[in-house]
Amino acid sequence: MRRYIAQRLLTSIPVIIIVGIITFSLLYIAPGDPAAIIGGDEATPEQLEEIRHQLGFDKPYHVQLGRWGSRMIHGDLGTSIFSKREITMLIRPRIQPTVSLGIQIIIVSSLLGVSLGMLAAWKAGAKLDRALMVFAVIGFATPGFWLAFLLIWGFAVNLNWFPVIGYAPVDISSLGAFGRTLPSHLHSMFLPVLVNSVLASAFISRITRSAMLEVLREDYVRTARAKGLSEIRVFLRHAFRPAAIPIVTVIGGSLAGLATGLVVTERIFAIPGLGRMLVEAIARRDYPIIQGLLMLASTTFITINLAVDILYAYVDPRVRYGG
Amino acid sequence: MRGTGRALRKNPNLLAGTVILTIMALIAIITVTPGARLVARYDPQALAVVHRLEQPSASHWFGTDRLGRDIYARTLHGAKVSLVVAVSVALSVTVIGMTIGITVGYNRTADNLVMRVMDGMMSFPTLVLALALVATLGSSLFNVVLVICIVDTPGMTRVVRGVVLSLRERSYVESARAIGASMPRVLFRHIAPNTLAPVIIQASVFFAGAILTEAALGFLGVGTPEYIPSWGNIISAGREYVTINFWISFFPGLFLALTVLAANLVGDGLRDVLDPRLRGAT
Repeated sequence: MRRYIAQRLLTSIPVIIIVGIITFSLLYIAPGDPAAIIGGDEATPEQLEEIRHQLGFDKPYHVQLGRWGSRMIHGDLGTSIFSKREITMLIRPRIQPTVSLGIQIIIVSSLLGVSLGMLAAWKAGAKLDRALMVFAVIGFATPGFWLAFLLIWGFAVNLNWFPVIGYAPVDISSLGAFGRTLPSHLHSMFLPVLVNSVLASAFISRITRSAMLEVLREDYVRTARAKGLSEIRVFLRHAFRPAAIPIVTVIGGSLAGLATGLVVTERIFAIPGLGRMLVEAIARRDYPIIQGLLMLASTTFITINLAVDILYAYVDPRVRYGG
Repeated sequence: MRGTGRALRKNPNLLAGTVILTIMALIAIITVTPGARLVARYDPQALAVVHRLEQPSASHWFGTDRLGRDIYARTLHGAKVSLVVAVSVALSVTVIGMTIGITVGYNRTADNLVMRVMDGMMSFPTLVLALALVATLGSSLFNVVLVICIVDTPGMTRVVRGVVLSLRERSYVESARAIGASMPRVLFRHIAPNTLAPVIIQASVFFAGAILTEAALGFLGVGTPEYIPSWGNIISAGREYVTINFWISFFPGLFLALTVLAANLVGDGLRDVLDPRLRGAT
């Protein structure tokens, strides 16, 4: 097991290096002078010169890359062009909304997707199963921001149950403060979480259903039934556990799609998170922020995949020895 | 052709998907012909500020936007952009992915290098990378297509490479080489045709994904410029008015969801037809 983890850790290092090179080179794939891209159309020649000097564009590519890379390794994401402040400081207050939203979406969509998928497998072939799979196919095709509009119109504008936009932060400085701020936080996050969870659970339920049906055909399930175990026990104990492996993989893999949902939802509901920070930085062409957020997003993504792989190897010994 | 008819009859989802996609394609084609005015009834760019933000009515079926432009006309014209993006992405990614995939499947050195770069590209969340790339290259229809191709290529390459790696060990490929077939002949006659089934399935996924990504980029303000109506930017233009006139976003979104749904149905149907082993798998 230890060997497997070490091996997986080692193979992710070159990937992170390549991610860094791609992120850094972003400014060079554009035709023209990077300083002019950052400065925009109205920049004077003096301003361009200053940008060039400030960001080290007057040095050769590999020197710049080396410098940038060593700053990244030390956790220094650089300074924002627009606000002239350190990016790590700008990122800090943005973490809570995004992480909270992400965690809630993962929890709600997993619970919803797995239970709907199990229900469909339980009633395989029946009307309920067909209805659930129609939901899954539709959920897979619906753009998140459009569903968000539908829900805002229904729940916030017509029924007035939830705020249209706005974010109520949760105070995690003490347990008492956490308890006091949590209800308003969850209330403000209800629609954003719902939009993403409904869509993400569509895919999870489809995979859960097919994984369950596959396992239900196995001999040991028939044995368990023949032993006279109750159908519920067979379902939850004998079939669900082996089926959980592909389900966990799919939930892990759907995290990349989660990033899309976060960026879009934060914009619609005006949640001051990292996704909105990225969109704002792009509108202002604040490249150090864009690059910093790209690095943050991809390393988070790589780390999560690593964790899923290790979890996977832990649950299923074949992965460890299969090579 | 007879096989196609039977496949359609046996698979109602494939049939429904094909019908919807065909209708959307016809709409898109009509909007570039002189018949556009008859079907769409208005010029998608015609401003009528007096009639701004109108609810759906007999004169404006889907209502009007903040500049009084007819949403029905804009939605029909929007089909063009979405389909052009989807078709160009699916075709280009297929060609690029097959070329790279087959090459690296047969060349160890290239394989190591190229696949590490692809792993790196796949480590970015798709939309985040696409956003950063469009922001750098500038918003235009061509750049939107280019960027979606860039973020989709690693996925396609991986699929092709996987198939090539398993095929090259097959005895029929070995036999072909043993009787003296040249390398290009082995690659193009024996390997490439057998990668087609998984490639077509993957292409249908990217076709649907491209429509959604184009819309998401438009929604985030870096997609197709507003003078070219696309479902993404029409929906996005309705964002500030969702409390006043919700219909601006509703209809183009419905068209978009229907098209993506149809593409997914066709994809699932093709998988059933092309790869019977996976039938009913998901």
